[in-house]
Amino acid sequence: MAARVHFDHEMDAIQSDLVKLSHLCIQALENSFNALIERNHEKSQVIIEQDAVINRLEEQINDRVILVMTRQQPVAKDLRRLVVILKAAADMERVGDYAVNIAKESIRIGKKRFITSIELLEDMCFKTTEMLHEVVQAFVKEEMSQAKEIAEKDDQIDEMYGNIITHLMRLSSVAPENIAQITYLSFICSYIERCADLATNIAEYLLYLKKGQRYDLNQ
Amino acid sequence: MNKTNTYEIDKIIKPSQLMPDSTQKVEKSSVINTKNFNLWYGNHHALKDINLEMKENDVTAIIGPSGCGKSTYIKALNRMVELVPIVKTTGEINYRGRNILDTSYEVEELRTRVGMVFQKPNPFPKSIYDNIAYGPRIHGIKNKKILDEIVEKSIRGAAIWDEVKDRLNQNALGLSGGQQQRICIARCLAIEPDVILMDEPTSALDPISTLKVEELVQELKNNYSIIIVTHNMQQAARISDKTAFFLNGEVVEFDHTDTIFSTPKDQRTEDYISGRFG
Repeated sequence: MAARVHFDHEMDAIQSDLVKLSHLCIQALENSFNALIERNHEKSQVIIEQDAVINRLEEQINDRVILVMTRQQPVAKDLRRLVVILKAAADMERVGDYAVNIAKESIRIGKKRFITSIELLEDMCFKTTEMLHEVVQAFVKEEMSQAKEIAEKDDQIDEMYGNIITHLMRLSSVAPENIAQITYLSFICSYIERCADLATNIAEYLLYLKKGQRYDLNQ
Repeated sequence: MNKTNTYEIDKIIKPSQLMPDSTQKVEKSSVINTKNFNLWYGNHHALKDINLEMKENDVTAIIGPSGCGKSTYIKALNRMVELVPIVKTTGEINYRGRNILDTSYEVEELRTRVGMVFQKPNPFPKSIYDNIAYGPRIHGIKNKKILDEIVEKSIRGAAIWDEVKDRLNQNALGLSGGQQQRICIARCLAIEPDVILMDEPTSALDPISTLKVEELVQELKNNYSIIIVTHNMQQAARISDKTAFFLNGEVVEFDHTDTIFSTPKDQRTEDYISGRFG
């Protein structure tokens, strides 16, 4: 079988860009949460400023994908791979945006002490970044068996989200003077939950890539 | 085989059915039904156990690498392949339920019903009018008025009337390659066939002429069943309803074109349409 050398090299390069983008976004998410815990506003500011790098890389992936589609006219799995890379890149870039949102909320919270333990939120963020790392790995290895596991973790994240929001709502009624911080923490919690959803989306793209059919892992 | 290939996601979760299933279409009647067809050139077994059913008003594309037997197959459908003396066949090719390989089947009758357009435009060195009127005249039509009607209808049918209506008496060889090919299609339409076979009809044409012929094929399918051999994957994807992939004289896969070009079942099909061999 004669390989399409140039095409395959370009596909590898685009996939490497996606992996690079993913790592930048996951790193941004981790850093944004660490900055929150440390109340390190300089660190939060860096995350906000570095989002431009993430955006540029996503645009670069889009451009490369469009060029390959135009020049090579791929079909079947080759075409699905490019479409899926576009979608995964968009979702990962969104993770980067949520990291920026968390960084902004951290700055809004300021140097005030937390009115409640954020241990569960920290755990939720850790599990989400773990999911994101796993889905990138699964995507690169085209390991379908991990897709369902990732979806199951998303269910756990949803449960944690419910528990944290319930706790914060209860707090808002007993400590109304802290409503601002409670709101900021609620936002952060929802951003993290959305990141987990995006990881699940990417797991679904992996199944589509491999099977050519759509699967709803959240059903 | 690695774990990823054997992992069966469908046992855990069912895929969503969001897109309309292109395979669920109205059942059309069979035009050409090939059953267990084999063909030899001397000792060379060129077509092996071909089973293909072409439906009415479908465009069926035949794709495959050079030497896979696709042109041999299409030439078998109007028995042109018999012109090669060392050819031997077994099996059946049924046109509208009747086996064309039966010795009782008149080849002239068959070729009236199953017309052919070739790779290279091959108009006769005659006027445009005489090219189109050639077939009907052979079939005994001499009335000028009827011939005029056939010529105009055929040329209109081949979407070239506006380009040639004022020069019907000029030599067809003076036309461009793309126009010549559409004149050949018009010549084919003049005998009112039921099936049109096209053997790489655009491979000698420029992109604009190719597009015109492709548009024409889409028009013609309303009234004819079309079987087209093409080396151009994008062309097969653009214009056909079903696609058969031939390899080494066998049909590897025959399915709806949407399926062949998105989720082919056989890895060899995927490798071929993805340009990884052939």
